[in-house]
Amino acid sequence: MNEQSNRRLFVVGVMVAIGLAVGVSQFASSEADGLEYVAQQEGFAETAQDHAVSGSPFAGYGEGVSDSGWVNTAVAGLLGTLLTLGLGSGVFWIARRTRGDGPLHGSG
Amino acid sequence: MHIPDGFINGPTSAGFGLAAAGGLAAAVRQTSRYLNERQIPLAGLVAAFVFAAQMVNFPVISGMSGHLLGGVLAAVLVGPWAGFVILSVVLVVQGVFFADGGLSALGLNVINMGLIGAVGGYAIYRVLLRIFPKNHRGLVAAAGIASGLAVPLSALGFAGQYAIGGASAVSLGAVFIALLGTHLVIGVGEGIITALVIGAVVQSRPDLVYGAPEYVGFRTEVLA
Repeated sequence: MNEQSNRRLFVVGVMVAIGLAVGVSQFASSEADGLEYVAQQEGFAETAQDHAVSGSPFAGYGEGVSDSGWVNTAVAGLLGTLLTLGLGSGVFWIARRTRGDGPLHGSG
Repeated sequence: MHIPDGFINGPTSAGFGLAAAGGLAAAVRQTSRYLNERQIPLAGLVAAFVFAAQMVNFPVISGMSGHLLGGVLAAVLVGPWAGFVILSVVLVVQGVFFADGGLSALGLNVINMGLIGAVGGYAIYRVLLRIFPKNHRGLVAAAGIASGLAVPLSALGFAGQYAIGGASAVSLGAVFIALLGTHLVIGVGEGIITALVIGAVVQSRPDLVYGAPEYVGFRTEVLA
């Protein structure tokens, strides 16, 4: 496959991810997830402690960013998507660079 | 699925933290052997997609929601070890920036969702590939079912950690049964989403699917 086609796929993919994190997530269920639910039902939920960064405006997916829940989720979604994109690519880049002796090296 | 601080005691969490760090180092090394430069943006994209999809909790039963874990999805697209690394990246971002998943519990979560979810789930996928029809549908079904089974398996990872160092006196048997039952149901959602996404990628760009056998795609990216 050519470079142009890969670039197009990448751009579309990033847009889909941002669309999910910023848009579709607005309609996400706010009920407890599976583990939280089990913890509540079985009675060990209270052993949970406050999170170390619970004071951050971004804690709980942007709960402290503004007064608008919609804005908070959108900001957290956009930021988190870009962070995982950067950190995810970065980890693999560094691994590749520091160990460039694989049989597949230099194919680009 | 994200374990907060406190559910599992300190020594157990620290032990799993060390195990997760060691496993992650090995996974990064494995990944650097097969992932070429063209696949790195795809791996980053998969990380972003898993993060985004995990924000979308879907209702399961009254009072309970589920969300994609994405381990098998990532593993089928970029390989099991890269899948492990991707889930770890997602968990670090969620834990450090969004207070989702305790920082002391990071190792517990990395083992459950990264190692069990991606690497373990991928092993199930490989077994199912051998059993299922050798075509697109067989591949999509294998990915969907393996991802669905990986969810209760990851939850049982928590049950194991609870058995070793649970901070509560609630009996392990009760916790085990409740975890298994709820996550079998959540796994149905995981399976549907994974099958839809893998199905779309296999149809349009089979060359980008790491876990696609020769009968589905020419693994040009991997073999180039």
